[in-house]
Amino acid sequence: MDYQFEFALVLRSLPVLLRGLVVTIQLWVPSILLGLAGGFLLALARLSDRAWLRLPGLLYIELFRDTPVLIQLIWFFYALPILIGAELSPFAAALLGLALNTSAYAAEIFRGGIQSIGKGQWEGARALGMRRGQILRRVILPQVFKRMLPAFTNRAIEVAKMSSLASVLSVHELMYQGRLLSSTYYRPLEILTTVAFIYFVLIYPGTWLSARIEKSLAAKA
Amino acid sequence: MTDAILRVTGLHKSFGDHHVLKGIDFSVAAAERVAIIGGSGSGKSTFLRCLNFMELPSLGTVALDGREIGRPAGGDGARYYPEAELCAVRERVGMVFQQFNLFPHMTVLDNVMEGLVTVKGMKRAAARERAAAELEKVGLGAKFDAYPGRLSGGQQQRVAIARALAMEPEILLFDEPTSSLDPELVGEVLRVIRQLADEGRTMLLVTHELGFAYHFATKVIFLADGVFHEVGTPDEVLKQPRQERTRAFLARYTEFGF
Repeated sequence: MDYQFEFALVLRSLPVLLRGLVVTIQLWVPSILLGLAGGFLLALARLSDRAWLRLPGLLYIELFRDTPVLIQLIWFFYALPILIGAELSPFAAALLGLALNTSAYAAEIFRGGIQSIGKGQWEGARALGMRRGQILRRVILPQVFKRMLPAFTNRAIEVAKMSSLASVLSVHELMYQGRLLSSTYYRPLEILTTVAFIYFVLIYPGTWLSARIEKSLAAKA
Repeated sequence: MTDAILRVTGLHKSFGDHHVLKGIDFSVAAAERVAIIGGSGSGKSTFLRCLNFMELPSLGTVALDGREIGRPAGGDGARYYPEAELCAVRERVGMVFQQFNLFPHMTVLDNVMEGLVTVKGMKRAAARERAAAELEKVGLGAKFDAYPGRLSGGQQQRVAIARALAMEPEILLFDEPTSSLDPELVGEVLRVIRQLADEGRTMLLVTHELGFAYHFATKVIFLADGVFHEVGTPDEVLKQPRQERTRAFLARYTEFGF
């Protein structure tokens, strides 16, 4: 092996890559938050006993889960302007696509979690005179949260990496900058290894924290 | 009877094609204690669960203080039950379950406080005081901060009783409260129920503990095939049953007696 790994190049590229990282975070965090909020509402729709809420919820979830994310992002960027006449910036299209996609997955996590709680919990609370919303908030969700945490952590990791697909819409996030730099310098090994390392440093603290929370929740019960 | 707190008229309940309750008329007056016995699948739990609308009746009405719950929907005798109305009923008609149904993520004290805070809107301090008093009463004054998972079945069921009592219900429903307990833990729960009987509370109890039913009840109902087969005092139903079916049921209990 006589390949010379150019560390100097890594250092030189770092400012540009870190600018990309900022954009990646700007895509990642809002997608997760919007996805969770949307996913919760979708899960309620899916679990509703009213068909006019349940069926559209189901359709939405399956549409987003069963088609490639890459195509969803491209679609929001190119098709939406044609359909509704409003031009989205590449960043907005990517954020919209990621958030909607995340909401479909989050909905299934919420639904699975809520359904995993036995009906005895609902009955115990109903027998006291609690309303559906109160039961969900105070009895069901606090128990579900613990069970859902690993699944949500997985999803958050997935979304962080998925956000790299925004590079095809020329959103200047981490992967876009990485690809640009590696084709500029013809040194993909250095640049992309650095990019991977930055993704790792971005994601790992989250998984570490999640494991800690899981452990402390398990200790409490 | 004009002093009925709760009155059931023409109650039917079906699950799909399965017709469980087939026209039941029934009423409870204050301080009555009713034991409901019958084989498994006879519909006794379903009957009890219709009284606080854990199950919605398919036909017929349940009236509390003379007021029929829900309102007619469609012409075929079915009724619509708004959530708010059912919640109000459940506040007055408490229930204790076979499986306790305590909230595992809350301490014992929080379990008992939950309904007081969320349903009755009590301040936490006042709720804590009442919850503590109810727990003392069922002999769990030392377990306030324990989680249900750490308690024995008998202790959990006593917490569940305290939780129901804290709401100050006018009627208490017990759905086989000792059926999931180890035999040595049954006594502690039955003693608490007897203590409530001594206080003159209005209670309905679905049970397989015929001995307890005999001492506890002012009225015993033998339910079979979705109808009241025999109704009377404990002596009438349990000692001198008139119906062949009741005798056959009771005989199975004494088959392996000693």
